[in-house]
Amino acid sequence: MTSVDVTAAIDAAPVPTPTFWRRAQASRSLMIGVTIVGLIVLAAILAPVISPYSPDQQDLYHILGGISSKHLLGTDDLGRDELSRLIYGARTDILVGVLAIVFPFCFGTMMGTIAGYYGGRIDSVIMRVVDVVIAFPFYVLVIALVFVVGPGIRGIFVAFAVADWVVYARAIRSATLVVRESNYVAAAQAGGLSDARILRRHVLPNTIAQAIVYAMSDIVLVIVAVVTLGYLGLGVQPPTADWGSMISAGQDYLTTNWMLSTLPGIAVVITGLGLSLIGDGLADVLRPE
Amino acid sequence: MLRYTARRLAAAFFVAFGVTVATFLLLHLAPGDPARVVLGERASPQALAALRHQWGLDSSLGSQFTRYLDGLAHGNLGTSFINKTSTSSLIRDRIGVSAALVALATVFAVIITVPLASFAAVRKDRAADHIVRALSVAGIGFPAFWFGIVLIEVFALRVHAFPVGGWGSSTETHLRSLVLPALTAAFAIVPILVRSLRVGMIEVFNADFVATLRSKGLGERRVLAHVMRNALIPTLTLLGINVAYLIGSTVVIERVFDLNGLGSLLLTAISQRDFPVVQSVTLVLAIGVVIVNFLTDVIAAELDPRIRLE
Amino acid sequence: MSAVAVDTVLSVRDVTVSVLRGDVRYTAVDAVSFDVPAGRALGLVGESGSGKSLTLRALMSLLPPAARLEAGSVHLAGDELPRGVKQVRRALRGRMAMIFQDPLSALDPVQAVGNQIAEVPRRVHGRSRRQSWERAVELLRLVGIPDAPRRAHAYPHELSGGMRQRVVIAIALATEPSVLLCDEPTTALDVTVQAQVLELLDDLRSRLQLAIVFVSHDLAVIRQLCEDVCVMYTGRLVETGRTIEVLERPLHPYTLGLLDAIIDLDDPVGAPQPIPGALPELERLPGGCTFHPRCFLATEECTTTVPELSPARGAAPDRASACIHRDRLISP
Repeated sequence: MTSVDVTAAIDAAPVPTPTFWRRAQASRSLMIGVTIVGLIVLAAILAPVISPYSPDQQDLYHILGGISSKHLLGTDDLGRDELSRLIYGARTDILVGVLAIVFPFCFGTMMGTIAGYYGGRIDSVIMRVVDVVIAFPFYVLVIALVFVVGPGIRGIFVAFAVADWVVYARAIRSATLVVRESNYVAAAQAGGLSDARILRRHVLPNTIAQAIVYAMSDIVLVIVAVVTLGYLGLGVQPPTADWGSMISAGQDYLTTNWMLSTLPGIAVVITGLGLSLIGDGLADVLRPE
Repeated sequence: MLRYTARRLAAAFFVAFGVTVATFLLLHLAPGDPARVVLGERASPQALAALRHQWGLDSSLGSQFTRYLDGLAHGNLGTSFINKTSTSSLIRDRIGVSAALVALATVFAVIITVPLASFAAVRKDRAADHIVRALSVAGIGFPAFWFGIVLIEVFALRVHAFPVGGWGSSTETHLRSLVLPALTAAFAIVPILVRSLRVGMIEVFNADFVATLRSKGLGERRVLAHVMRNALIPTLTLLGINVAYLIGSTVVIERVFDLNGLGSLLLTAISQRDFPVVQSVTLVLAIGVVIVNFLTDVIAAELDPRIRLE
Repeated sequence: MSAVAVDTVLSVRDVTVSVLRGDVRYTAVDAVSFDVPAGRALGLVGESGSGKSLTLRALMSLLPPAARLEAGSVHLAGDELPRGVKQVRRALRGRMAMIFQDPLSALDPVQAVGNQIAEVPRRVHGRSRRQSWERAVELLRLVGIPDAPRRAHAYPHELSGGMRQRVVIAIALATEPSVLLCDEPTTALDVTVQAQVLELLDDLRSRLQLAIVFVSHDLAVIRQLCEDVCVMYTGRLVETGRTIEVLERPLHPYTLGLLDAIIDLDDPVGAPQPIPGALPELERLPGGCTFHPRCFLATEECTTTVPELSPARGAAPDRASACIHRDRLISP
């Protein structure tokens, strides 16, 4: 074999095999999770079509109404239709949640890969920064950051960008450390491939699976955090429908209209359940047998 | 063991210092003017400047930081911009509430997790196991504060077992008013702990040394005790991380239950741009996290001698 | 092999183990029978996947979750062992013990080795803490660990592989068994350490009159320790007898194949001949004699009838083979 053949042989990137899709279908958690999340996402996308009212439409003559034929789930303290607000809330919270982890995912993966692959001083520096960020209790950091930047969606994105990347960095770093010692990486290095190429084709494909699995459970935490910030008044600002602020507004009416606070919470739980199932299912499927 | 503890201690100090620097930088980069918050929108520029000078906000960042460190060294955490009282007294008044909340929540979490996880691990793949697993998966998506509201709804408003909120005046009422908040906080972390402990126990159950234990002729209960000891260690580390998360979530839980702890102090201070208070409370909370992580590291190393080699 | 000799300590009859793969149960061990007298070592030899480990675990009721004992009986010194898992474990206390392949994973990583040994006299025999510790140190000396009182405080990861295996043996001996089952205990060790452990086992066998069943894929190891041997292939016994005889005049083509596959120091020029083909998977066992696809003696009959293990003519009663063409292997 000439050296060109060797390089080409080493260079063959791992491809998701057909059995991946078969296994994916066989995983019950994955299928149920995808169904649940799929339905919710569909509802969110179709919000303008399927919700009976606009979420901002106030009807001050019919505030705090219970279940009725005009308002399937009642109205809130400003007469807005609860069902519509729930659907639009899905739209807001899920969209914000998903977008919020994009930066942490990418940045964290990059940092973790660099730290794990190069080791030495770079690794120490990166990990020290990670340690300091992790030392901040999550909500304390997020709230502080939201106030630095100002409440609202921009604040949420900045807060998670700073607070959330560290867990990805740690997880990817561990996975990278393992992969770094493997034979095919050693072969690639001996073959003279550039670092960037090795990282792209040999290290990342094997470590990214862990990040993806972790991302699924992270999305749940992020959505919960977005909702929590909404509850504290620091997240998505009114009048945009957001499950968190809906729960907060409803807390004053617990004795009379307990649904106002309870329903959005149930929505969060179901969404979280679906996403967790996907995460579990993916972990099962991606696990090397 | 001593060397390991010393190393962990050094790391903890380093992190604590990093946290101090980070908090300081974070706040001084904030938009918004605390002088304006105190004096109002109509204040004259001279009054604003005078107040800022009084608070030392016009000197360089470097000297402000040095002054802060100096104050810390002498146990002086600064004076609240708003209340004019010393920050340390503010903190001292409230730290008891938060500490008690975190401690009780941890106790609840452990009491719930250990039996639940062993129950599921021993009955693996049977109905009970599936139920526990389903609950764990569902539980991760529970917003803690919402769960707290549900608890209030059920146990305080319907069944008058616990107060709706507040702190109460005697030790007895203190404890009673802590139960629901502590349960709420515990439930936030129980699902992830149960998942980890259950998996840990199953893995250990399949390990070879369990076969050795059984072939020694030991009863199943002793085997379980040994398995638990081995399985507990990774979950212990997870517990440390989660207690740290708990410390942070007191901010939210204190708001739900109207408790007068460090968390609600922080929220108020942030909205008022009260620098010294925000700085010091954040520092105290973060130091709490550092201490918890340090303790879990040391306990884990005590239980599992292999860790000491790292 | 139906009559049981007087001093037989372990008597195994028709042990059958099934394994669950996906949704189907396959037979992994098929009607295995053997006897072991006190003070004798029996080797159970075969390739990985031949079912030898499962057989041992079945005897001790330590089967993995996917496996199940379908049939068979085990007698210890004449007493039949009960079937239920809990009852068997209680019945086995102090009569039969087992040592495993990887001593590092066979030991509790978070306990000092002395404690792991002492736990037996303490919990099972009810001795005091001091007595138990002293017994542990005594056993460590018995298995040849130098500086036993100090070493007893060590953790498994602080000891070398050979010493760990000795500790595992010490734990087994703590139950004061009459039978010792060994599941490839030397496979994970260096050759020199291997020899030491085998010597130790041999010494214990004669000193304590232990009945030993030794599972291995390594014929050389079996030859060193075991007077008798059973050869297993795909869960069935294909040949049994005295080790010397089986190795010098095998009566089954598989045994012959195993011998040809190893380098013979007496004939260094002759190249090792691997057995053609590969070990069939559980789900796809050939019909008739399962070895026939790889066998140079195979005929039409071999593909249809399952041969029984039957005694060889004119030889000792426990000399048996499961090949219908065995006569062709006997050189004139």
